[in-house]
This record gives sequence, structure tokens and C-alpha cells, in this order.
Amino acid sequence: MNDIAVEARNAVKTFGQGDHAVRALDDVSVTIRKGEFFTLLGPSGCGKTTLLRLIAGFEMPTGGQILLDGADITDLPPNKRPVNTVFQSYALFPHLTVAENVGFGLEMLNRPKAEVRQTTERMLALVKLEALAGRKTSQLSGGQQQRVALARALAPQPKVLLLDEPLSALDLKLRKEMQTELKRLQHETGITFIFVTHDQEEALTMSDRIGVMSAGKIQQIGSPRDIYTRPVNRFVASFIGESNFLPATIVQGAARLGSGHSLAVEGLTPVDEGRKVTLAVRPEQVRLTAEDEADTIRATVRDLVYFGTDTHCHLMLSDGEEVVARLQSPASGDAGLSEGQIVGLRLAPGAVQVLGD
Amino acid sequence: MSAAEDAVRAANTRNAWALVTPALILLTFAASGPLLIVLVYSFLTPGQYGNVEWIFSLDAWIGILFTKDIFDETYKLADAHLTIFWRSVKLSFLTTVITFAIGFPTAWFIATRPPRSRALWLFLITIPFWTNLLIRTFAINEVIRNEGLLNTFLIWLGVIERPIQIVYTDVAVLIGMAYVYLPLMVLPLFAAIDRFDMRLLEAGYDLYASRWRVLRRVILPIVKPGIVAGSILVFVPSLGAYVTPRVLGGGKNMMIGNFIELQFGQARNWPLGAALSMTLLMIVMVALLFYVRAASKGSNPHG
Repeated sequence: MNDIAVEARNAVKTFGQGDHAVRALDDVSVTIRKGEFFTLLGPSGCGKTTLLRLIAGFEMPTGGQILLDGADITDLPPNKRPVNTVFQSYALFPHLTVAENVGFGLEMLNRPKAEVRQTTERMLALVKLEALAGRKTSQLSGGQQQRVALARALAPQPKVLLLDEPLSALDLKLRKEMQTELKRLQHETGITFIFVTHDQEEALTMSDRIGVMSAGKIQQIGSPRDIYTRPVNRFVASFIGESNFLPATIVQGAARLGSGHSLAVEGLTPVDEGRKVTLAVRPEQVRLTAEDEADTIRATVRDLVYFGTDTHCHLMLSDGEEVVARLQSPASGDAGLSEGQIVGLRLAPGAVQVLGD
Repeated sequence: MSAAEDAVRAANTRNAWALVTPALILLTFAASGPLLIVLVYSFLTPGQYGNVEWIFSLDAWIGILFTKDIFDETYKLADAHLTIFWRSVKLSFLTTVITFAIGFPTAWFIATRPPRSRALWLFLITIPFWTNLLIRTFAINEVIRNEGLLNTFLIWLGVIERPIQIVYTDVAVLIGMAYVYLPLMVLPLFAAIDRFDMRLLEAGYDLYASRWRVLRRVILPIVKPGIVAGSILVFVPSLGAYVTPRVLGGGKNMMIGNFIELQFGQARNWPLGAALSMTLLMIVMVALLFYVRAASKGSNPHG
């Protein structure tokens, strides 16, 4: 297949030996398409940075292969891989100016001086730092250093750009700015981006596809919408966004809750009959109605938490399960509910996900 | 401007002077004073049994480079003196290069150990400092002399049939000085490498630099202050070395330090010794000036 930029085949990485060995990557296979903004998302220690470092060549896999454009690059050192990295710490060269930092990669590739200068200028213009070309990097702000790091990594026109939590050191406002900036750069350069983050919002807003990782394994790969609306397991459902989890049993093609109510769910097969499952429902998909309306689940309001744009309503079902509903706050700010009130709870069939184990 | 403010300022000035007084006294009596005496002595006439006579003379300064012919009183270039100067500069320079070549990998090794074992390694580096210089030099002598450890071992191995003459050559002086001054190179290098951000290595490799180019283009420029400091700390005392060339170089392979001692001792020519000391001081200062300027220029290869 021609549209695959990077592929990891059964990549395994263990650190340490014997009893102390830690399996950072456990048989990970993933394909990343050309020109794609691919995000590796997961909590710290899930192996996402290890996978990135395997692609960059800073670590050698204990097992498996790394392919770039279909060619096996597993044994190539980092300086022989047409792949560049934006480091979390930026790792700018303190003894060089901004322009020298940006031109460093091309210089190491022995490109002619004129080309190095032209590309450096073009890259500095791309990240809007032309005015600071002659500065030492220590004289720059965090956001500016970030841009230099980006320009430096983009200048040699790598086949894949690896970004290791590049925005984590920036404050919120700058981070939002750089998110837009990164998307723009990716559009303009057409380079495949592999972005590592633990920030689910960052992943959802920027990525074409997300690979959610946990405990050295890829849990799910899909578009942000897929990942959010159709999480495959409890980890994904709770790590990305918030979810209500309800235990249920499959009875006659529907999910029966402990309270006795049946919910229509999608994607069941006859073998699921009688199986105990977990249902996931996003808080914003929970609708509240009057208690006596048909097809509703009776619930008691336990607590109301006002969040500004919306109000979180903590509800308790008759079997003691808790459900949180996120209601848009009306103009008055008062959701018209009070603690102890009995309400009807309605879940649309598409909103309920049956999770695997 | 109030009178009170003026009073406060005056008090501050007084306090500042009071605080620097100890330093000034120390500088006067320990540095400038003795130097001044040496300078004055270099313009006097040698006394018959050492010491000086208070008669102004430029003979000492002329005597540094020229010798007066006893018979026709003409001045000739003093080849022997020039040889000694040249040997001193050459050996000091080579000592600096050798200590750097050995010291850099050593300092790198120590700086990349886990923090706990690092202290132990540094401690090991400084152990030779605990021993008297003379004893250390004789120890080296014991290793390299004709019947010493090295030659005995090589003969036993059958690599050589006859002992190699090392002691009483320039090579012996080099070995001795490199051994004695190595810690002075390692410690500032370690301090610089310890501050070096190892993540820059990955950045260098990532940007297509080979290991050699990472060393030359990333590591060396960044740890340069340590290299400059270490080189100065080795070069300057090497130039004035006395014990090492005396013990390992024998009488023939004199360096400036031994030559100066000769003037104050057997030759009983204190003014010439004083003038030589001042010359040594000037050589050091010129060398430092050149080195520091070259080093600061080199830090910006495109500038």
C-alpha cells in the first residue's frame, strides 16, 4: 500500500532485565497514513513516547519492526532516518542563533549554503520568526522557542514529523494558539505528523486519527468522532471525555439494567444473549423528562453542580447506580430542578454503548 | 537630595571600603608586593655571594636573550636560553593537549555516571592531590626508569630486549606533567559536561549529525568554557613547572622554572633570575590573552 507513511509491526520494547523488566510496548501494531495528523493519546507511562522514540530511532525495539514508506528502518540510527522530532524540552542548541538552529539539519545533510539560507528563511517565515533570526535561543520566550523547534524540525522536509508533547510546557492561551498553528503548518507542508499527548481535548481537536494507548497497548484507533462516540472499552470511554457506566445483562436483544428497565442497544449478536456487559453513556446524552412519561427510567436528583455553561445533575437509579446528566444551563442559570426531586431519565438508543471487557 | 541621604551614602561607601580592606591588604602583601620586589631586583646588579647590590643595571634583561662574550665584549644570541624557553612552551602545550585528550573522555565518563557513583569517581580523580608532588614524581620515576616497572615488564614480556630510555628525556617530563596536572583538566571539564543537556545529543542525531559531528558541532562548543578553564589551569603551572622536569628531565632537559632556580642558586645571579621570572609571567599573560581571544572568537563560527 502506497499511502502508508509509518508502520509499526508487533513492536515490543522492554526496559531493564529479569524481574525488573518493564514492558513499555506490548506487541503494538499501527499504520499511519501519509499526510495524516495522527495522535498517540494516553496517560503518562502508557508507552506513547516509547513508540515515538522507536520511530525516531532513539530506542531500538526489543521485538518487531518499524517501517517507513514500506522500507524496514528498524536498524537505522536516528541520523539516517528522514524523520525529525520536536522535543518536549525543545532541545534547542544554546550556542547557536535561531537561524543556525533552523539550518542545522540541512547543514548536516551537506546541502549547499544558498539552499540552507533560503530554506531557513522560508521556515522562519512559516513560523513568523523572521525578525528574531539573529537572536540566541535563550533570549526567546517559551512560545517562540517552540516555534524555533518546529521550524528546525520542518526545515529538512522530513517524511514524518514527530511531536513529543510539544505544547505541555506552554500556558493555556499559548497552547490554544499553537494548536491552531500546528494544524496550519501541517496543512501547508503536507507532512505526516505524529503527535504525542496526554491531553484528550488536544487530541480531539487536532487529529485526523487518534490511537489511544494504555499499559503499552493500543486500545483503539479511530477518528476523534469514532473514539468519542464509540469507545471500545471502559478505559477509552473514561479517558476521553466523561462517561456513565452502568452494569447490564443482555436479555432478548436489549440491555436490562439492575433497576429492571430495558434499553435498546445497537450492534448486538445472538451470542451476546445472557451476557453481563457494561453500558457507557456520555453525560450530555442523558435527557431528563417528567417522571411519569412513558419509556423513562425513574431517578432521584441527588446533587446539582453548576459549571457555568452547563449544570451537572447527579442522579440515582432505583438500584443505587449513579448517573450524571450534563444539562445546558438555561439563561436564568436555574435548571428548574431541586435535590430529592424524582425525574424521568431517557437514553437515546444511539447514545448507549456496549463496552467490551 | 537631603543631608540624611548623603550621610547614608557616605556611610555605605565607608562600609564598602572597610569590607574590601582585607582583600586589598592580602593582594598588596601576597601578590603585588612580592612582584614589585622581583621587578626591582631585575634592574639591579648581582652581588658576589648572591643577593643584589643596589646599582641600576639592564644586564639582567639583556642577559635573557644575549650573552656577552668574555673576550671581545660583543653580544651574541643566547641559544641555550632560547632552547629552554622553547622547550618550556612546547612541553606545556603538549601537556595541555595530552591532558585534554585523556581528560575529556574521563570527564565525560564521570558526568554520565549515576549521581551516587559520580562522587566516588571524582574522589578517585582527586586522590593524587593528597600526596606530595615530589613523592608523586618519584613514583612516576620508579615506573619509567630503566630498571623500573615498565621496562622490567616489557622485557619480561619479550617485547624489548634492552630497557627503553624514557627517564631524563622530554617524554619523561611530558608523562610526569600530564599525570600531575590531569585532575586540573578533568575537574573543570566535568563541571562543564555536568551542566550539558544530554537531550541535545538526541536533537543532534535527529537532525542528521553523525556522532563525530555531534561532538564537534554540539558538545565541544557548549562545553568550551570548561575546555578553556582546564587548559589554562594546566598550561600555566606547566610553564613554571620545577619539580617534574628536575626529577624526570635530569640536568639537561631544563624548563624555565629550573633555569630560574639555577640563577638564584648556583649561578648567584638574582637579577637574571628576577628578570626571567618576569619574562615567564609575561609569556603566561600573552598566552592567556591569545587563548581567551581565540576561544571567544571560535564560539561563533559564522560570525
